[in-house]
Amino acid sequence: MPEQPATPQRTPADRPATASGPGRVLIVVYAIFAVAATSRAGVQIATRFDEAPVPYSLSAFAAVVYLLATFALARTGTMWWRVALASCSVEMTGVLVVGTLSVFDSAAFPDATVWSNFGMGYLFIPLVLPVIGLLWLRRTRPA
Amino acid sequence: MITGYAIAVSACAAGVAIWAFVLVVLHREPEKPLLMGVGALEALLAVQVVISVVMLIGGGEPGSLLTFLAYLVGSLLVLPLGTVWALAERTRSSTAILGVLCLTVPVLLLRMVEVWGGASA
Repeated sequence: MPEQPATPQRTPADRPATASGPGRVLIVVYAIFAVAATSRAGVQIATRFDEAPVPYSLSAFAAVVYLLATFALARTGTMWWRVALASCSVEMTGVLVVGTLSVFDSAAFPDATVWSNFGMGYLFIPLVLPVIGLLWLRRTRPA
Repeated sequence: MITGYAIAVSACAAGVAIWAFVLVVLHREPEKPLLMGVGALEALLAVQVVISVVMLIGGGEPGSLLTFLAYLVGSLLVLPLGTVWALAERTRSSTAILGVLCLTVPVLLLRMVEVWGGASA
């Protein structure tokens, strides 16, 4: 908005879009995880799904959540903001539930998913990412 | 794969990443020298792909050929695609994006070395 007065009033409508400024860094990290999780789940399911159907299905589910979050954050509009909120919330729940289950019942998770052990194999980024995502969505909440 | 070369490329990637994050702290948009650094890194990765393909044809047997090839393709795409995204809106955040992209390079190369050495996934 280059033709606004020098000191524009800060209204709710001024809230940044999710795909602007620091949000773009967040989207890149989400995109990296979306690609990584999708590829990993794809290889797991294509080559040895019978070995561990539950964790591999979870990997695929996580992949879908990351893809959806990436896409929704990169779009503008209230509807996509809600989709992003839903996917980040599911992601937060997923990493907490799967993380807890995998710690207490490691036999059920013989092969790692992104969310096993709270994402330890991925430097805990899967645990931190939804927190930052949800904080960013709060900052960019539509009026 | 040549592990020594992968380590050298990873070190360069870490260097460019640190450079990018220093520029973020200084509130700078991506400038030509940094973009040239990212370009040089991409060239090093292309050489890494050529080395790997030659060694694969020469009888190299990674733990999973499919996984290895996926990483090979991914390692070539991450910097160009990410840079396009970074430069679509030029702010200090673009510089941070370039730093994040560079950080993925050592991770990809580490995974590739593991798969090349026999890991199956």
